[in-house]
Amino acid sequence: MGMTITEKILAQASGNQKVQPGQIVVAKVDLAMVHDGLGPLIYPNFEKLNAPIWDPDRVFVVVDHAAPASTLHAAEWLSHNFDFVKKHSLKHFFNVQGVAHQIIPEGGYILPGQVAVGTDSHTCTYGGLGCFSTGIGSTEMCNVLALGDLWFRVPETIRVVVSGKLPHRVMSKDVILKLLSMIGANGATYKTIEFCGETISDMSVDSRLTLCNMAIEAGAKNGIIAPDEKTADYLVNAGVRREDIQMIRSDDDAVFCQEIHICVDELVPHVAVPHSPANGRPIEEVEGTPLSQVLIGTCTNGRVEDFMAAAEIIRGHRIPQQVRCLILPASNKIYAELVRNGCMQVFADAGCIICNSNCGPCGGMHEGLMFEGEACLGTHNRNFCGRMGSPKANIYLGSPATAAASALTGQITDPRKI
Amino acid sequence: MNSITGAVLAEFGSHISTDDMTSGKYITSHEPAEVAKICMRDIDPDFPRKMAPGGFLVAERNFGCGSSRETAAIAVKAAGTRVVIAEEFARIFYRNCFNIGLPCIECPGIHSATDVGDELEIDFAEGVIRNRTKGSKHTFSPIPEALFRQLEAGGLVPLIHERLAEKKRQTNQKEE
Repeated sequence: MGMTITEKILAQASGNQKVQPGQIVVAKVDLAMVHDGLGPLIYPNFEKLNAPIWDPDRVFVVVDHAAPASTLHAAEWLSHNFDFVKKHSLKHFFNVQGVAHQIIPEGGYILPGQVAVGTDSHTCTYGGLGCFSTGIGSTEMCNVLALGDLWFRVPETIRVVVSGKLPHRVMSKDVILKLLSMIGANGATYKTIEFCGETISDMSVDSRLTLCNMAIEAGAKNGIIAPDEKTADYLVNAGVRREDIQMIRSDDDAVFCQEIHICVDELVPHVAVPHSPANGRPIEEVEGTPLSQVLIGTCTNGRVEDFMAAAEIIRGHRIPQQVRCLILPASNKIYAELVRNGCMQVFADAGCIICNSNCGPCGGMHEGLMFEGEACLGTHNRNFCGRMGSPKANIYLGSPATAAASALTGQITDPRKI
Repeated sequence: MNSITGAVLAEFGSHISTDDMTSGKYITSHEPAEVAKICMRDIDPDFPRKMAPGGFLVAERNFGCGSSRETAAIAVKAAGTRVVIAEEFARIFYRNCFNIGLPCIECPGIHSATDVGDELEIDFAEGVIRNRTKGSKHTFSPIPEALFRQLEAGGLVPLIHERLAEKKRQTNQKEE
């Protein structure tokens, strides 16, 4: 009996020849990401241990949540991060340079076959590169910082086989919203979602990161995609040596607890309606819903191809005054690329609001909270009640193409009709 | 800690998220007593008052879904929750609770069979909840041994201290 990618990674990291679902293992961690939001909960506990960081070069402190500070409390909270980085002379420190979930993949800091943990549930994003990557809490991060490992229950794997060619203006976001609508917000609790199939092979790494980013919205421990030549090219481009890339994949006789097939040939744009990412509906069911805000970007869909899809729709148009269209690149590298390729000019000319790369509006911390009665369609990953301000405001989730089309009309709009 | 008795002080349905527990927009301090005050504000503004005497919280499925923010577990505990009983937990929240010494029990069928005000006796070793008000009995898979040990230690931090001490001892032995 063979193993899935996730089982192979956890076996390798725990010094076992073989592991099976349900088994508890202690796995060595290759990368530990701490962000400003949870960091200050970790640091006092860690300092009390009176121990050195197990490997400072594997620790990434990313200031991306409430940054730059918009309140005095946030400023104080951020200062604890700065103090920690300084005290431990951490070289991987990113001070409002983008969202961790973009900085780490684009920097080539995590490789296929490795184990990453982060104090953020969307740490599962990096699985798009073929690593085991999952979100943890702050006390567990204390354990990782001191000892370099963490216990895991080896998860069962759900295999999602995606076939067919994505139609015009239907994106990987629509695939994951469709999948979530099929399995529910707890459809993969404690489990792995492994994506495979010809559609996944055809997808860019950016599109794959979008899929894995939202694995947590089904309760999954991690999302994962076997690395291929595209993964290798992406990482080599980020400065990784090709010979360091492990082409790890599930064995032919690996055991999956469930197999789900999705054919995308006829897939239509999907929109998740309030208040769950698993409430995906074909767009025709919600077309015309009035909006006061559109959010394009975030760690889910804030990459170059996402903005190119949006710019293609917005180019030459004006956003009506009753709508705020927020542009939120996932990192400053992406921001710079969007300036170079002309997308930012398109957005600025259209009257979009260009925000700094951070988590603000998605997490309801700053830059885009809503009052009761307002509605936003965003390309982010969560539309929980009250997440972006008033619990009486509504949040819809969709692809960058759907968001761009909706920004132009001020109501939920099918991007295929623009 | 073999068994614990108390009353159910609050009940919730399915998919209660960590945003519900500690919404980013209400955070003005990270002190446990302060985050307890904003706990569940959007969905049950009365929650901190109801939990204050100390007791049990019962929920349906996928309790604690969403982000990894540990403030959620901290707030639920600081509000007065002694045990969270749910039909199913989201995994990061589940781990966070044990890491700060708050027990979680996964018990199928508990939500529909229990009302606020019911007096429960939870036997951890046996894996049984006795509802003294209704005279009913519910079984659950006992908490895994390692996690139970962690609870008795008061959370994960004391165990990290233990492991570090053990590591130091082994290094010293090698040097000798």
